[in-house]
Amino acid sequence: MSIHSKGRGLQVYSVLYLLFLYAPILLLPIFAFNSGTIIAFPLQGFTTDWFVQMWGNATLRRALTNSLTIAFSASVLATCLGVFAARASTRFKFPGRGGMMAFIMLPMVLPEIIVAMSLLVVLLGMGVQLSLLTVILGHALICMPYAIAILSTAFSSLDRSLEEAAYDLGESKWGAFRLVTLPLVMPGIISSLLISFTISLDEFIIAFFLAGNEPTLPTYIFSQLRFPRSIPVIMALGTVLVLLSIVLLAIGEYFRRRGNARIGGSPTGGLL
Amino acid sequence: MTDAKPMIECRDVHKYYGDYHALRGIDLTINGGEFFSLLGPSGCGKTTLLRTIAGFEDISSGVVLIDRRSMEDVPANKRPTNMVFQSYAIFPHLTVAENVAFGLRRDPRSKADKAAAVEEALGMVGLKGYGARSAHALSGGQRQRVALARALILKPKVLLLDEPLSALDRKMREQMQVELIKLQRQVGITFVLVTHDQEEALVMSDRIAVMFEGEIAQLDGPEALYARPATRRVADFIGVMNFLPARIVSDMSGVVTVDVDGLGQVELPASQISRANPDDDGIVIGFRPETMTLVAVGAAHTQPRETNATIDEVVYYGDMTYYDLRLDGVGQVNGKPRTVRISMRNVFGRDVQEVGTRTRLAWSPGSLVLFR
Repeated sequence: MSIHSKGRGLQVYSVLYLLFLYAPILLLPIFAFNSGTIIAFPLQGFTTDWFVQMWGNATLRRALTNSLTIAFSASVLATCLGVFAARASTRFKFPGRGGMMAFIMLPMVLPEIIVAMSLLVVLLGMGVQLSLLTVILGHALICMPYAIAILSTAFSSLDRSLEEAAYDLGESKWGAFRLVTLPLVMPGIISSLLISFTISLDEFIIAFFLAGNEPTLPTYIFSQLRFPRSIPVIMALGTVLVLLSIVLLAIGEYFRRRGNARIGGSPTGGLL
Repeated sequence: MTDAKPMIECRDVHKYYGDYHALRGIDLTINGGEFFSLLGPSGCGKTTLLRTIAGFEDISSGVVLIDRRSMEDVPANKRPTNMVFQSYAIFPHLTVAENVAFGLRRDPRSKADKAAAVEEALGMVGLKGYGARSAHALSGGQRQRVALARALILKPKVLLLDEPLSALDRKMREQMQVELIKLQRQVGITFVLVTHDQEEALVMSDRIAVMFEGEIAQLDGPEALYARPATRRVADFIGVMNFLPARIVSDMSGVVTVDVDGLGQVELPASQISRANPDDDGIVIGFRPETMTLVAVGAAHTQPRETNATIDEVVYYGDMTYYDLRLDGVGQVNGKPRTVRISMRNVFGRDVQEVGTRTRLAWSPGSLVLFR
């Protein structure tokens, strides 16, 4: 077998792999613009009705608003707390640091259903009303490990004498952090916001357990899948979400590369 | 130029990290306008002492005064000191000019005045016209110059330099040593340099404090430090010193007569007597390789004493040749013949001698130091 034909085999494998990965997602926009109500080929005619219907659906709009509110709040919360934890764990030595960081990172591998169930039991036991706030807290909890993993890398690659130098040159401690550390870890912060936002946006289990009567996008989509006639609308919604994800990722990657170029780093180690 | 006015005073400064005693009673006065070095092996506390002066480390007990003012409760950002860090700590997201102007943020001067000050500071370190460049695009030597300009623009009373030359290659390092000396003379600011490189300390400093294990072992000018090391450990750390076993014959009114293996009996005044390390066994005399001369058999010399020897090893360095000699009457150490190292400048017309040659060593008792 020649090297050439071996390469051909690998090429075929790569194409098949990518098809399996992305073909189902590509079907979303196709059926979102298809006028037939049944999700099957052959396609009928072109229509934008599903998008109009989607926009006219008050519950869906509410689910979207809820999801965006939750994702925004949870990602900001997780990233802020992540900044504290990452800075503390990379800059200072204190007793129990290793154990503490391990416990903070644990939710990453803990089955989500266990986290969701235990949170529900505790919240109900404490008499807390289930609301968007409880989902935000739950999502911040599961986003934290990712935020800290990203931010720790950003902080640990930072020379600690940079902050000292700024302090030595007359800045306050906060000024040194704001003027030197923050701009240098900004790519990490943006990555963390982005990842947390995406994790929260499509999270189902915690949202399902902790949201009370409020719908989020994933719980809404799940509830609608029982009704075949609403599936084209879900397809339209999926199309919007895919576009939104791509745009968010592109923005995040743009900022990360720009930040990296400014400090002379190589354009590697990011999401893309 | 140094004046007698004390700029930095440390009085019985102690520093503990938990149980670890990093600084053990440092007493030190650094004068205004002095180029002062803290020299020692890694872990000797020299960087801790520098960071203590800068205000990055609290002291456990004692007093630090800068310009006669107690630095207790004065944080690093309020002290009249600025620091050049080992990594230079250039802010990579700013331009060269923004880096240099960083400390001027709270300065009430106008934008134009500040820009002029930045340009002047850059000119001082030989980086005129580099202001608009990105800091991350600079070479190591240029980064260091930016770090210097960034500190000096604030006109501190003391400039602290933490191993500033260790990241540079040899040629660049030697060039920067000379530039730093010139710069220090030009600005007249007190420089305190931390280094583990004894050569660098000797080249650059007015005075040097040699530190071991959190204590100052000797504080002296470079020549005194080199010629009259206070302890055997200092002698070992700075340059090369040969040691030969000796026995005290008599000790009268400050003059000690010793019998040295290979060299015979010599009388040494108190100024040539230093302390041995407590854990060293026995009394030794020491001498530097360049203080003795190799003389061909039969040739004349002007030194008062001479000793016969055999050349054991020859190391040729171009400008210098090192000879390891077995002196007649010197025994073995660890099963090998005990040798002493002599360095000779390779002047035109003097041949490098060969291994095994019988030769004579001409010397003067004035070059010996007794460690007892």
